[in-house]
Amino acid sequence: MVLQCQAAKEKGTHMMKRSFFSVTAPRLQVDSLPGVLPDSVRIETPRQIMLLIEETADNGNAMMLRKGDPVKTGQKISLSTDSKAYAISTVTGTITHIEPFPGESGKQFTAVSVAVSKEADPDESFATYCDSPSLEGAVNLLGCLPGSPAFEIFMDADKPIKTIVINAMDQDLFIITAQYALTAFYHNLTQGIQHLKTITGVEKVVIAAPQDAIQGYGDIGASVMGIDKGYPEGLPHLIAQRVAGHEIPVGKDFQDFGMAFLGVEAVASLGRSFQNKKPARTKMVTFMDKNGNRSLVSTIVGTPIRDILKRFDLGLNDQDRIIIGGPLNGYSTYTDAFPIRPDTDAILLQDKDDVAFVSDYPCINCGDCVRVCPARVPVNMLIRFLEAGQYEEAAENYDLYSCLECGLCSYVCVARIPIFQSIKLAKYELGRAATGEAADE
Amino acid sequence: MNNPKKLIVSHAPFIHIGSSIPQMSLHIILAALPAVILGGMFRFGASAVAVVSFSIATAMLWEIAINLVSKKPVSVGDGNAAVIGLIFAMLLPATAPWWFVLTGTFIAIVIGKQIFGGMGSNPFNPVALAIAILMISWGDFLDFDEMYRHFQFDFIPTYPLTAVKHFGLDAIEPVRLMDLLLGRQIGGIGATFGIGLILGGVYLMIRGFIRWEISLSFLGGVFITALIFNIIDPSRFASPFFHLLTGYTLVAAFFLAPEDSSSPVNFIPMLIYGAVGGMMTILIRNIGAYVDGAILSILLINLLNPLLDKIRPKTLGKVA
Ligand code: SF4
Ligand code: SF4
Repeated sequence: MVLQCQAAKEKGTHMMKRSFFSVTAPRLQVDSLPGVLPDSVRIETPRQIMLLIEETADNGNAMMLRKGDPVKTGQKISLSTDSKAYAISTVTGTITHIEPFPGESGKQFTAVSVAVSKEADPDESFATYCDSPSLEGAVNLLGCLPGSPAFEIFMDADKPIKTIVINAMDQDLFIITAQYALTAFYHNLTQGIQHLKTITGVEKVVIAAPQDAIQGYGDIGASVMGIDKGYPEGLPHLIAQRVAGHEIPVGKDFQDFGMAFLGVEAVASLGRSFQNKKPARTKMVTFMDKNGNRSLVSTIVGTPIRDILKRFDLGLNDQDRIIIGGPLNGYSTYTDAFPIRPDTDAILLQDKDDVAFVSDYPCINCGDCVRVCPARVPVNMLIRFLEAGQYEEAAENYDLYSCLECGLCSYVCVARIPIFQSIKLAKYELGRAATGEAADE
Repeated sequence: MNNPKKLIVSHAPFIHIGSSIPQMSLHIILAALPAVILGGMFRFGASAVAVVSFSIATAMLWEIAINLVSKKPVSVGDGNAAVIGLIFAMLLPATAPWWFVLTGTFIAIVIGKQIFGGMGSNPFNPVALAIAILMISWGDFLDFDEMYRHFQFDFIPTYPLTAVKHFGLDAIEPVRLMDLLLGRQIGGIGATFGIGLILGGVYLMIRGFIRWEISLSFLGGVFITALIFNIIDPSRFASPFFHLLTGYTLVAAFFLAPEDSSSPVNFIPMLIYGAVGGMMTILIRNIGAYVDGAILSILLINLLNPLLDKIRPKTLGKVA
């Protein structure tokens, strides 16, 4: 059964408008799971998948991969022996392309396309790991499980982790992937938590879950913390603040306070992998078409978006938009060949008529952004410096780095300034300048 | 797949709340209409219609002219020039001569707004600036008693603020609050009809087109200051209700003080800004040289705005 949630349908990406009474800042809520757990729509294994490795193939690293190489299901794929970045093949087949692939926010990936063979041939490395689980093994082998668990942060001896926070809050409007995983994968989640505790030695595990979904987790092996569903309360930064009991100072990260964040689906995938003795490869994705019809899709990591469109008999027109993630903080892609990645929680389609219009107007100082900003950034001042390209000034005096990247300022801006885009660009440029300087030294 | 589509790639967020500058301008104009049409045009007749139309038209023309001269995209479409023209006209007597209006809209649009870089960059409220300069240069044309001399009204044809300033409380003894609310007073075209202005202001506040904090604290400042004077010497100073409903008080509270560019956006600064504006209005009226203090107080708080808006909550995660 295809889930068609009426609430989402009424919203769609075209209908999130200002309410009549607007005395206070608008308050958006992340969606709730429907009362009856929806069946997910399974996407058949495609004929071709694409895996993205977060590394470029051109910086002199010996290429371990060649076109025509065979790969097995569960095999680790990396560009060179000393690469940290890798992908795990979710199919058995033959590599057909290796090419550079531009990612979001200036990231550069290498895309490895694999033609899928009929017979599945499992790789043995995971089975070997199962016999003697360890943190190193997890870092080397499990980082690409659906949900994208980041195990590296447990390796930093200077910043020992005391609390694992499992985030079961969906990160944007419309998305129900995390809540679904929390409810539907209860058993695997319990196993995953157990395994996590074993390999990391961390005893304290907290699940951050929507306020209305915190019942019934008594024996899961973690405490449950109810989080308000008002957006952006579920973003890691605000959750970390609640777990720590104080604000996270600018420039510090969660590890500095002994916290590690993992997505709920990542932990469930871990549990499922151990249960089945083979690495989980199916990702849950909230999929929403142009009319706001929402479905939960289960598909293997690497599935090109076009195969999902095909499953729903959907076409796209020129100027339409594919959004990966949510409407406020996701990103868009230029191609329907873009694959489902381990951390892809949602795919939204947007009709060209609904694409929000951006203007080149200057800020009129209405202050709507200031009132809506969860980080209390003086956005009306910040934007002036960003538009003038004065990034250092923006960072020093106008709190650029306090920004949580929720996107609400752009959402409400009456002058329709792409504020959020400017903020990200400024951070990116400053980051580049900083690493450039470091490299020069 | 064989025929790849050109998809739009742009940055998040991909949805917008739907507000826009033209929409905002439109609603401000709508909110002003009861006061302008029922309070101004019906009361003062065709000359009021002429002043309002001429003011809006010239404001828009000045805007286009300056757009062309500075080779910038034409911005009249955002409605802001029309808003400025309308609010300016609201403060004028219905008998204002054409050149007075023309000069006023020139000051408001060109000097008040565009020289500073256009909408959002003006440190002063363009309309308040225009009125202040005109008041200094040709103050007689803003003398409502003089300007409405040849009109016939079925109420006392004196400007309440002049009356109370020069002739004391006795002069306004017959003035009923109901008269003021119903627009049975002389004054600016859009400034006399209390109920109309209040309705417009409430509409703008609940719809979020103006910041209620500023309007209400301005009115609060007027009320409390006038009340204090009134308590100290009830034989000399008019009641706070009188001050709320006369002169430019209501226009200032709902249409001048909350102008976006020249006012603060943070909560405490908004309250101080409004309250100081209201307080100054009464200080000037009761002990200053001018009949109405609203315009000068607006300019004064505009001046304080950048300073005030530095008072803001500590940003998240900011150390020290
Ligand atoms: S994206 Fe905008 S609203 Fe959100 S935290 Fe950053 S500055 Fe504030
Ligand atoms: S919402 Fe837009 S126009 Fe309003 S103050 Fe913020 S940046 Fe300026």
